[in-house]
Amino acid sequence: MENEKKYPLKKVLMICSKGNLEDVMAALVMANGAVMEGIETKVFFTFFGLDAITKKTMNKLHTATVGNPAMRMPGGLPFPTLLGGLPGVEAGVTKMMKKGMDKLDIPPVDEFLELIEAGGGEIYACKLAADMFNLKKEDFHETVKAIITVGDLYAMCDGLGTQIVFT
Amino acid sequence: MTIKAIAGLNIEVTEEGYLKDASAWNKDIATAIAKEEGLELTEKHFEVLEFIRNKVANGETLTIRGIGKSGVVDAKTFYQLFPGAPLKKATKIAGVAKPVSCM
Repeated sequence: MENEKKYPLKKVLMICSKGNLEDVMAALVMANGAVMEGIETKVFFTFFGLDAITKKTMNKLHTATVGNPAMRMPGGLPFPTLLGGLPGVEAGVTKMMKKGMDKLDIPPVDEFLELIEAGGGEIYACKLAADMFNLKKEDFHETVKAIITVGDLYAMCDGLGTQIVFT
Repeated sequence: MTIKAIAGLNIEVTEEGYLKDASAWNKDIATAIAKEEGLELTEKHFEVLEFIRNKVANGETLTIRGIGKSGVVDAKTFYQLFPGAPLKKATKIAGVAKPVSCM
């Protein structure tokens, strides 16, 4: 086993298909982490994930308080789904999440994208989803390099040591 | 324990080549480690290294975001100064422990 040859990761493509705060953050943390390690990184946003790169919505993402069995009250008690549906609860929980992230030096979405771009990472929007939601290049944050097709995305996966991560 | 000869001194380092004792560091050591990493250090590099050493000495967590907001360099320049894995490279050259941050 000791002599087994290792093939380090060289390129990673993150696909973010969801628009709630925690899923977007997961994709961005993974992408930024790859950039930090010197791994070539491309992030592809599709479907509701487009919210994370749309100027109007990107810094207003919410944590889902309904249908999330891992949600807990601050003391650790289970968080009833019915409570999650009450007006203002989602906003309150989101505020708490954002506060927690700020403490850990996790930036807001726009700044996070800029950080990834600063390290050489590339941000893309999915053509099909953009068409579906009637979004144009100018609706997206300036870090978005292009609107591309699935075929374009796969064409970027050339070379050994490439991985696609779907979130 | 690994002892490595760096810039004419015997320095205790970790398996990955990070200095065990940050106080054993000097500019010649930085230059020698940087050379191993394929880097020629400039004034700007030393400014960043100084900032990193101060941060670590104060027990603060290092992040690329934090360095980018330090006023010493922005994130893009930091990536350019220490290409590849900047936080790992810069801390190694600065003679401090390998950072454990995900950010």
